[in-house]
Amino acid sequence: MIWFNVIIQGILVGGFYALFACGLSLMFGVMRVINLAHGDLAVVAAYVAVFLTPHAHIPEVWAFVVVAPLFGLVGYVVQRTLIQKSIDRDPFTTLLVTFGLSVIIENLLLEIYSSNGQIVNIGDLIVKSWHPQAIIYISYVSLAVLAAAVLVLALLQIFLSKSGTGRLIRAVADDHEAAQLSGTNYQHIFGIAAAIAFATVALAGIAYGMMSEFAPTSGGINLLFAFETVVIGGIGSLWGTLVGGIALGIAQQFGAHINPEYQVLFGNFLFLIVLAVRPQGLFGKKTALA
Amino acid sequence: MSAVFNSTDAGNGLLRVRRSTHSPAYTLVGSLLIVVLLSVAPWVVPAEWSTVLQNFFILVTMATMWNLLAGYAGMVSIGQQAFVGLGAYATLFFALKGVNPFYTIPLASLTCVVIAYPVTYLLFRLRGGYFAVATWVVASTAGIIIVNEGYLGGGTGKLLPGMPNMNPTSLQHLIYLVTWGVALIVVVATYFLLRSRLGLVLASIRDNEVSARSAGAKVTSARRLVFLIAAAGTGAAGAVLALSQTYLQTGNEFNLQWAAEMLFVSMIGGLGTIEGPILGCIIFFALQQSLAQQGAWYLIIFGTVAVAVAIWQPRGLWGAFRDRFHVELLPVGHWVGDRKSEMKVHRSRFARLIPARKK
Repeated sequence: MIWFNVIIQGILVGGFYALFACGLSLMFGVMRVINLAHGDLAVVAAYVAVFLTPHAHIPEVWAFVVVAPLFGLVGYVVQRTLIQKSIDRDPFTTLLVTFGLSVIIENLLLEIYSSNGQIVNIGDLIVKSWHPQAIIYISYVSLAVLAAAVLVLALLQIFLSKSGTGRLIRAVADDHEAAQLSGTNYQHIFGIAAAIAFATVALAGIAYGMMSEFAPTSGGINLLFAFETVVIGGIGSLWGTLVGGIALGIAQQFGAHINPEYQVLFGNFLFLIVLAVRPQGLFGKKTALA
Repeated sequence: MSAVFNSTDAGNGLLRVRRSTHSPAYTLVGSLLIVVLLSVAPWVVPAEWSTVLQNFFILVTMATMWNLLAGYAGMVSIGQQAFVGLGAYATLFFALKGVNPFYTIPLASLTCVVIAYPVTYLLFRLRGGYFAVATWVVASTAGIIIVNEGYLGGGTGKLLPGMPNMNPTSLQHLIYLVTWGVALIVVVATYFLLRSRLGLVLASIRDNEVSARSAGAKVTSARRLVFLIAAAGTGAAGAVLALSQTYLQTGNEFNLQWAAEMLFVSMIGGLGTIEGPILGCIIFFALQQSLAQQGAWYLIIFGTVAVAVAIWQPRGLWGAFRDRFHVELLPVGHWVGDRKSEMKVHRSRFARLIPARKK
């Protein structure tokens, strides 16, 4: 029963990792950009939810309704300016630029909001849980985040496969020059993909802020988890991301059960094992491989 | 390697091949002067200055190694703090075993190489950004393993034991000289390494990896060798960091900030040049010293400058200077040409990688 609980908790946290990782996966899949500022953007979203939305008289629980579209807009602008400029140079530059952004964001947050831990206040919802069995507690917040992750992935899947813009995104991801020859403004499509990625990372950041305390430096470790999720699940596969997140979550809970210090370590081990045995990931294609 | 260019054209007097843009004697005299000045510095300048210089040398060591990795071998790593930490903790480990801390530096380098070797077989399965973040996973794993090692101080940290029993000022001078010595060795070794056969292989990979492979260059083993050398050098930097801090804490030694600093100084100074990272370090410390009272602002400003340089001046400040004035202090390539129009053969990494901005 204890192990059953470990798996349940792993699946719950895995949903969060999938939500976190899908933006990273999308930006890599479409633009071939690894956004090293991904984790810090999520933290910014959480800070916005805590410090700015109360000014607009929006309860923190509903902050995502405003923050996600706002981040979508920011994503479009950042993509069309900074990231597009570095894509025009080479992949190397995008890494340097996004890592630079990450350090800038982290230290700016540190200067503005200090290193104190913050939390997105959702009242007593945080402690409520479903208690079906003796030792199994399923927190409503975690369950809601898992549901949100599945919903976001499903919507993304439908959007990419059915809608006109989704088809354009896939076309541009396959070959942006060919898409441009057929009359597509690929930079605009890149912008839309970035907008979606930024909106999902805002959701993930607020979800993170609801579930645990965060500080300006929280972005790094979350980028690490998101990245592990993408590699374990398989680069460029949306549902692979969900499976990767759950696998990572279970591995971490398993480690934490043995010794709380081993939570991150076991996730890293799973990542390294997948890298050694099946480097394209569980559902991936061999695109990122040497 | 100059034989390649000393063929008929050069032989019949139309073209000539030179390494240096000026007489090598100037470089030699200039370098000797700098070596002497920096060696006597702790006896001349105030003590606070020599502490700053000491930190400067540590960063120069790290940045030179990072530049070898990223600027010459095309491997962007954001996990080099793994080797800073492992080097520092190897020093602690051997010091706890009774070795004089000053003698542990080569042992720390060796430890890093031994650990890095199997790790390359995992990391080299990925490229580009995925390689970069995977190095970070490795650094995170190394940090967690060390923090759970009670013998090495765990989370609370540990004082480096066995420092020689001498008066504090002399000890400070000794630590300064060791830090300076390690930086000097790393820079000089990198210089000669890039002029060697390996440097030629790296240049050919940089220019065209496929044709380098087909011409018989062992691309993967060249990269692996560079990764191991960078691990050794960064490990030595970690070891001297341990000597200068004497109190070790995993949060400090395995800090991602080391990777950020290595990356920023190399970018601002100019990737793929030996002088660039050193220039970057000078700018970094000038900024850090002048903004010392303003908390993290120096990192924010420095990061902004680095991003701007990456986008608008990707060859870095030194690269831009060199391209404009045709001056190289530590040349590793060759110049071919007649007296009127000289053309550089081994152009900087970015000459090919980053095309001129689209018109």
